[in-house]
Amino acid sequence: MKPVTVMLAGVGGQGTILAADVLAKVATASGFDVKLSEVHGMAQRGGSVDTVVRYGDEVFSPITDPGAADHLVCFELIEAARRVQWVKPGGRLLVNTRTIEPLPVLIGAAKTPDDLEARLAEEGAIFLDAEALACEAGSPKSANVVLLGALSVGLEFSEELWQETIGARVPSKTIDVNLRAFELGRRACVEGECMA
Amino acid sequence: MTKLLSGNEAVARGAWEAGAVLGVGYPGTPSTETLQNFAGMPDVRAEWAPNEKVALEVASGASMAGARVLVAMKHVGVNVAADPLFTQAYIGVRGGLVLLVADDPGMHSSQNEQDSRNWGPFARVPILEPSDSAEALEFTKLAFDISEQFDIPVIVRSTTRISHSKSLVSAGERAERERIPFETDAPKWVMMPSNARVRRLDLDRRVAELKTWAQEHAPDRVEYRDTSLGVITSGIAYQYVREALPDASILKVGMSFPVPEQAIRDFAARVDRVAVVEEADRYLRTHIAALGVEFDDVPLPASGELSPGIVARAFGSEGDTLRGSIPGLPARPPLMCPGCPHRGLYYALRSVNAVVTGDIGCYTLGALPPLSQMDSCLCMGASIGMMHGANVVGGIEGRPIVSVIGDSTFAHSGITGLVNVAYNGGSGVVIILDNRITAMTGHQGNPLMGRTLMGEHSQEIDIEKLCSALGIESVRTVDPHDIDATRIVLREEVKREGLSVIVSRAPCALIVPEKEDPYAVNREMCTACGACIKLGCPAISTDDDGHAEIDITVCVGCAQCVRVCKFDAIESSGSACDIGGSV
Repeated sequence: MKPVTVMLAGVGGQGTILAADVLAKVATASGFDVKLSEVHGMAQRGGSVDTVVRYGDEVFSPITDPGAADHLVCFELIEAARRVQWVKPGGRLLVNTRTIEPLPVLIGAAKTPDDLEARLAEEGAIFLDAEALACEAGSPKSANVVLLGALSVGLEFSEELWQETIGARVPSKTIDVNLRAFELGRRACVEGECMA
Repeated sequence: MTKLLSGNEAVARGAWEAGAVLGVGYPGTPSTETLQNFAGMPDVRAEWAPNEKVALEVASGASMAGARVLVAMKHVGVNVAADPLFTQAYIGVRGGLVLLVADDPGMHSSQNEQDSRNWGPFARVPILEPSDSAEALEFTKLAFDISEQFDIPVIVRSTTRISHSKSLVSAGERAERERIPFETDAPKWVMMPSNARVRRLDLDRRVAELKTWAQEHAPDRVEYRDTSLGVITSGIAYQYVREALPDASILKVGMSFPVPEQAIRDFAARVDRVAVVEEADRYLRTHIAALGVEFDDVPLPASGELSPGIVARAFGSEGDTLRGSIPGLPARPPLMCPGCPHRGLYYALRSVNAVVTGDIGCYTLGALPPLSQMDSCLCMGASIGMMHGANVVGGIEGRPIVSVIGDSTFAHSGITGLVNVAYNGGSGVVIILDNRITAMTGHQGNPLMGRTLMGEHSQEIDIEKLCSALGIESVRTVDPHDIDATRIVLREEVKREGLSVIVSRAPCALIVPEKEDPYAVNREMCTACGACIKLGCPAISTDDDGHAEIDITVCVGCAQCVRVCKFDAIESSGSACDIGGSV
């Protein structure tokens, strides 16, 4: 199988690295060659972060280029707009509707365009309110796993494998919340509630 | 056993499998997790040293005692460790000594770009360059063998995309090995001129022997496919070449010093056209040109990272079809966390109109708007030396000159700077931002807070007493969350003649276990004056009328904004859950 490229874009602190790690482990357990690339350090302090997971029969590069990602999972609306070119035409664009205003906007030095959702909708974005579903699952911190649930609908791995991997990866106190979060994200997409 | 490991984890695993018993280094992105992982292995000891020079010296002692030892640091750390590195090459080793160096092309989290392959010919030390985690493990093991076989320290050179990418690795078992017995050997280990002259020539002999051995045994790899194009490459660039030019023949250089001259000549003779693809410096290209081997100089960027797409375009590909971009987006620079104590210190610092010499850590973010309280950032520890230099030439516009330096950076190389100011009778205000942790690299312990890499509690350095011992008369401690009190101390200290130290002490917001209840803005009282906005707190924004708003899901209740509000408009809101808790 040719490599599948999944990019997860968000803001430092949103849990993109954990989500990517779960995906990489699921792909590994399914017998694929896997590479994952992440960025640590200064960028993690509230900056734009993106993480890439690639899996297939043989994967060379751990990173990808604009126009080359099959799936782009955006944890935040502005970062979705910033990274939209990275998903190939015809690829899947999954967007959390949450906005985290960056500091230049908070201090009045810049503005966020008000038509981002409309622009992303033109690009075929599938929207999801991951924080709302995460609260329903029991903790707003599980929004990253809600998004994994939504992503999982478009990938070839079994629901059981996802559940098993999430259970092994998250802190034991939060397993139930995270499994519920995964289920809610997955069901939202299966039932079409994420407005495809 | 197959595992998904990062390059850093794989190097740690490789060192452990090779029988290393000690790991030592200083945290620095992208190298940090190497030692953290090594520390978790059985039957080893791992230590953070205060800086990279000390780390390499500790490693030298361990090697002298016959043990295998791993040293880990980021590229700029090698500058600090270069003094022992060069002479260690003369001395050689007893137990194998391997240095993991992680470069950061593109400067994700660094103040400069350096291509550490250049240390090879400069210090005459072998350089191994893995291309993924599996090689990171194998090459680290091989590096220990080369180190002992050729009596030389060996560098394993990584980059961000090796260190922080995960790929599959076959993990093995640990080789139990006997400690190499100690023998007094002054001609080898005592580098005074008469001995060093002999060892200098002996180093050339050892490198020449290694070069001969490498012709058969180096981890270089030749992959012949279509021979109309042959690409010479190394490290992460190999992966991009495989992706971008799947049909090209490849010479993958695994040992980039000594340069595999014979392998390059043989490869060039077998292919019609040679090209070289490398990230960062023209290292291979310079050496290949010196061999008289002709190659196509494809247009690669002179700095920053490569990618499969960049390599494809260098060979004439037009690249993938792109969607339209969405213009007009606000930038998202990194920022200090909600509740960060540095924010309070910088806010107070605005009141003294100082020229601020800065340093390296989370607090470097104080250079960004709206705080904008930093005028320089050079390298680890430079803030204090720069403050002194600016002062001794007569100061700057009559303004006070203040240096800011974090706790771990102060232990790294700020102490010597402070000794220098005290010794030379200099003046200025040194602010030590003691947030009780090495925060930027991911919360490592340091000598000022006294938690070791093995998780033990040791001696905390008493900064105030240390400064007093240097003869500094004014050493004061402030709580930076208390902005008014901090401002008063700053105003007093900038007026004082001579040298003073202010210890700004409050724990990093990320290590405070219990968050306080968030605050909210009372709109009736808010005059839209904008004072709280100038904190640059990610929890505070303004509505269309300029009134402040606090995002209760972001606020951690540090109360800095309460202290800067002159109209008592910011009040406790009760816990986020009590008032709905929706996000």
